[in-house]
Amino acid sequence: MNKSRRSFLKVAGLSVFALSSGMAAAPGTAGAQIAPGSYGRGESALHAKRWAMVIDTRRFAGPEDYKPLIEACHKVHNVPDIPDAQNIKWFWLDSYEHTFPDDMNTYLDAKTRSASYPLLCNHCTNPPCVRVCPTQATYKMEDGIVAMDYHRCIGCRFCMAGCPYGARSFNFKDPRKFLPATVPNPGFPTRMIGVVEKCTFCAERLAVGQMPACVEASKGRLLFGDLEDEKSGVRQALASNFSIRRKPSLGTQPGVYYLI
Amino acid sequence: MYNAKAVITGILIFLVLCTSPFWASRTGKDYTKTGIVLPKDEKNCVENRDFMRAEHMRLLNEWRDEALRRENRLYTATDGRKWNISLQNTCLKCHNNYKEFCQKCHVANSVYPYCWTCHIIPGEKNQ
Ligand code: HEC
Ligand code: HEC
Ligand code: HEC
Repeated sequence: MNKSRRSFLKVAGLSVFALSSGMAAAPGTAGAQIAPGSYGRGESALHAKRWAMVIDTRRFAGPEDYKPLIEACHKVHNVPDIPDAQNIKWFWLDSYEHTFPDDMNTYLDAKTRSASYPLLCNHCTNPPCVRVCPTQATYKMEDGIVAMDYHRCIGCRFCMAGCPYGARSFNFKDPRKFLPATVPNPGFPTRMIGVVEKCTFCAERLAVGQMPACVEASKGRLLFGDLEDEKSGVRQALASNFSIRRKPSLGTQPGVYYLI
Repeated sequence: MYNAKAVITGILIFLVLCTSPFWASRTGKDYTKTGIVLPKDEKNCVENRDFMRAEHMRLLNEWRDEALRRENRLYTATDGRKWNISLQNTCLKCHNNYKEFCQKCHVANSVYPYCWTCHIIPGEKNQ
């Protein structure tokens, strides 16, 4: 009796091992590339270890000054303007209290308190939206950009609940109804009803050697570069100025810095 | 055989009915082509024709994932030509007649891709 139990366990253990290693090997073949060619990045593509943005709010006189930046962004990405609470926000403005709610200083100077501040996706190092997305429709790329794959988005809006910055918008309505007959940028897709969207740090422009649209329209007041490169413009600006980020206590480590 | 006449005629009629598709195809017309219009000023697709016919939908899926997830927006084909990965700006630049090319074949095959709720067919008006 004893002997047969021992040999039974041996055989059972061996077969479980054999079966599991067989199953582990099989999916390897399923991931094979379909196209016979090869993939890569364009020669003019811009690279960084960690893309980041520095916004010099001191050089903007008022909300009007941000208009060209917002327009540039929304044009390039066919962002509709829906005149109610269901608007789509990629780049927008808000008050000091809403932008930096952690700052409890009652006696802040009037100029800082009354100014408008530009907001966009913070492309966090620890993005809560990515953690909660059930379909991996949003993910962090290796250069720090928190990207969206609209094809995968099922519109569950967990990411909107997860994002502490309100940087994500849901398409409650067909966005094309709010765009002109010829969309502002026919080279870029629109989105559709039922998906979430947000700023993508213009990944599609970086790929062809262009700076993000808002940075290009800012005349040097927005800096964009590699946070891990000591010689980059963003690092130099951060080294020589006082800067703050939104809601730092949450630990998300935003990639957008404000010079106040 | 009991009632031989009726039985044999019955069997014959059954056989003719059973094999009728084969007879019909012998007399019938040629297999219908979709009548797609190929680009006039181009000779070759991104990859060879047979591959494109059979795999273009999977190629597009792969292009999408490579471009959006791995930031590889350049495809180098087997013949060495380089293509900017884009559905609307690359595929539809050559295949500039969507209705007579993609759509014609898709309708014939009862395929209805949903891509165009977001992607824009060049020259086509919104709404
Ligand atoms: C919900 C809207 C939406 C739908 C539906 C959609 N796409 Fe996209 N697609 C986009 C957006 C937005 C991009 C991002 C473009 C960029 O970053 O360059 C994109 C990018 C792509 C890309 C890579 C780059 C490019 O510009 O082409 C491919 C390939 C692609 N889509 C294929 C498809 C195919 C095939 C379908 C249909 C089966 C489809 N898409 C349906 C919104 C959509
Ligand atoms: C350089 C121009 C060009 C580009 C870019 C291009 N095609 Fe083509 N395509 C052609 C030509 C020319 C043919 C006909 C080839 C032949 O008959 O050998 C063709 C053939 C095809 C066919 C097969 C049609 C048949 O005969 O059954 C399909 C499917 C197709 N293309 C899809 C696509 C898709 C999808 C893309 C984007 C990934 C694309 N093409 C990009 C030029 C192009
Ligand atoms: C020769 C005929 C033919 C032509 C031409 C053709 N397709 Fe297709 N396409 C098909 C067939 C058949 C399928 C469905 C295959 C399947 O379901 O396995 C398909 C599927 C697709 C799909 C996936 C649809 C889905 O619901 O998953 C996309 C995307 C697509 N085609 C894009 C294109 C584009 C873009 C063009 C034009 C540049 C094009 N096709 C031209 C025959 C064609």
